Amino acid sequence: MRAFLNLSLAMARGLARDRAAVFFTLIFPLMFLMLFGALFKDQGVGKSDIVQVGSVKVLDGMPDKERAGLRDILEIEKTDGSAAARREALEKVRKGDADAAVFQRDGKVELRYSAADQVRSGTVRGVLNSIVQQANQRATGQPPAFALQTGAVEDETTKPIQYLTPGLLGWAVAMGGVFGSAFNLVSWRRKRILRRLWLAPISARSVVGARIGVNLITAFAQTAIFLAVASLPYYGLTLTGDWWLCLPLVVCGTLAFMSIGLLVGSFAKTEEAANGMAQLVILPMAFLSGTFFPLDNAPGWIRTVSEFLPLKHLASAMQDVLTRGESWGTALPVMGGLLLFAAVLTAIAARVFRWDAA
Amino acid sequence: MSNAITADGLRKRYGETQAVDGVSLEVQRGEFYGILGPNGAGKTTTMELLEGLREPDEGTAHLLGTPSWPRDPALLRRIGVQLQASAFFERLTAREQIRTFAALYGIEESHADGMLETVGLAEKADTREDKLSGGQAQRLSIACALVHDPELVFLDEPTTGLDPQARRNLWDLLRTINSSGRTVVLTTHYMDEAETLCDRVAVMDHGKVLRVGPPRSLVQELEVDTLEDVFLQLTGREYRE
Repeated sequence: MRAFLNLSLAMARGLARDRAAVFFTLIFPLMFLMLFGALFKDQGVGKSDIVQVGSVKVLDGMPDKERAGLRDILEIEKTDGSAAARREALEKVRKGDADAAVFQRDGKVELRYSAADQVRSGTVRGVLNSIVQQANQRATGQPPAFALQTGAVEDETTKPIQYLTPGLLGWAVAMGGVFGSAFNLVSWRRKRILRRLWLAPISARSVVGARIGVNLITAFAQTAIFLAVASLPYYGLTLTGDWWLCLPLVVCGTLAFMSIGLLVGSFAKTEEAANGMAQLVILPMAFLSGTFFPLDNAPGWIRTVSEFLPLKHLASAMQDVLTRGESWGTALPVMGGLLLFAAVLTAIAARVFRWDAA
Repeated sequence: MSNAITADGLRKRYGETQAVDGVSLEVQRGEFYGILGPNGAGKTTTMELLEGLREPDEGTAHLLGTPSWPRDPALLRRIGVQLQASAFFERLTAREQIRTFAALYGIEESHADGMLETVGLAEKADTREDKLSGGQAQRLSIACALVHDPELVFLDEPTTGLDPQARRNLWDLLRTINSSGRTVVLTTHYMDEAETLCDRVAVMDHGKVLRVGPPRSLVQELEVDTLEDVFLQLTGREYRE
């Protein structure tokens, strides 16, 4: 037991003193989370800028109450009604500096919008249409027969942070697992520590156990930091019911990715080669598994490929338990699958394992 | 009491190369024994077969009366091995290294610190492994091999790459170890080293033991001046790998 603890301590110290390793396992994925979290924070359609050329009766004659209601969705810039001003307004729309131009000609309200952003042009058309309809209705002098009251429901699951946190955390755990075991194996082989341990009265179980232990502690640290940062009010992650199920998932994921690292470390002769091979495995897998962005719109074959990637299953199970209120039902099969994956790869790695660098 | 080492007909082949080709030797308890030979003679492989690091294709090696293959943790507690390259844990200080090794053998930390002092590294205790000089690293790796007070110690080229001062200091250390009753087996390229330290040497080439005996008797037997002459007469003068 003491041998096991001291070996774990030696590994942990070696890892903690390796600035590059600390950066790539803890800081680097966190940077992605903070960056993506900030970038995709407000993904909704914001205010639309429209240019009003000359006087437009329906807009100018809008009651103050209605005008106040539009303040959050419509920004109206007024210009004079000259032909030059109209050309300038249309040019602005063409360049994307304004979303639409509106003017009145022969009693008709004319709207010119850019076709580039369909969501925005739809919004502008809808808003303008309702303004015109309300003006028409007012012109009849009758109170409106029907009124539509709308209100937005904030759907928590669609907030990008709810998606980014589990995905990027899965990626971070995967990197930690693959690099942790691959580097360790290659470096110990090169430095002949493997041989030296063979000649010490210590069981292989203690050595492997110590490495797994250190990796698990790293993975839990990643998880804690990720969840803490994402839960900051700025990012606003909301965890659902059995979110703690991410912990056993992290354990199984770590084992699965350490087994990939073992395989990489069995083939790679140098740390540089191990680094290259590990990146070659991790980076495409991260993209294909939808850890950075959803695969909903990806071609079918990519989604088929992703079904075979352990990271895809880890990331989506993490999302399910962390932010979608799922529980054991989704987590258990994934845990089983990851453990099976780990067992198979470890068995292969054991067959190609080499003691010496030569 | 059984010999420190009894090897009988050891053979090991790597692909086309017959690295060790029928090595038999006996080392008495308390003896200082040297294995000499040019590069590629099979010294290191012979050491590894003796230590039980590799399985011999043929033959057996007994250490302190116990076969060294298959791996036997009880035997491993009684032998100490210094590998050729410095097998240190990354980024640990000298003290952390030796304490880790001590823990592998269930040895107290205070004893580990004492061993650091024995090899004259007490002042370097907080220096990281990659910041130690060549001589300091060699002394640390020897300390790590000795931390559990083994009865039998294997040292693979312990003085290679050291300056004369470090080499002489290391010799003193090795003599001390040997005079405390431990059996020491070392490989070396330096004939003066073998001549001063070893009770007996085995000269190897092409995976075979060519001659065994005390350095002085070998010099007399072949009617030459030094052990180096013995070595060259036995192994020839062509360049090796």
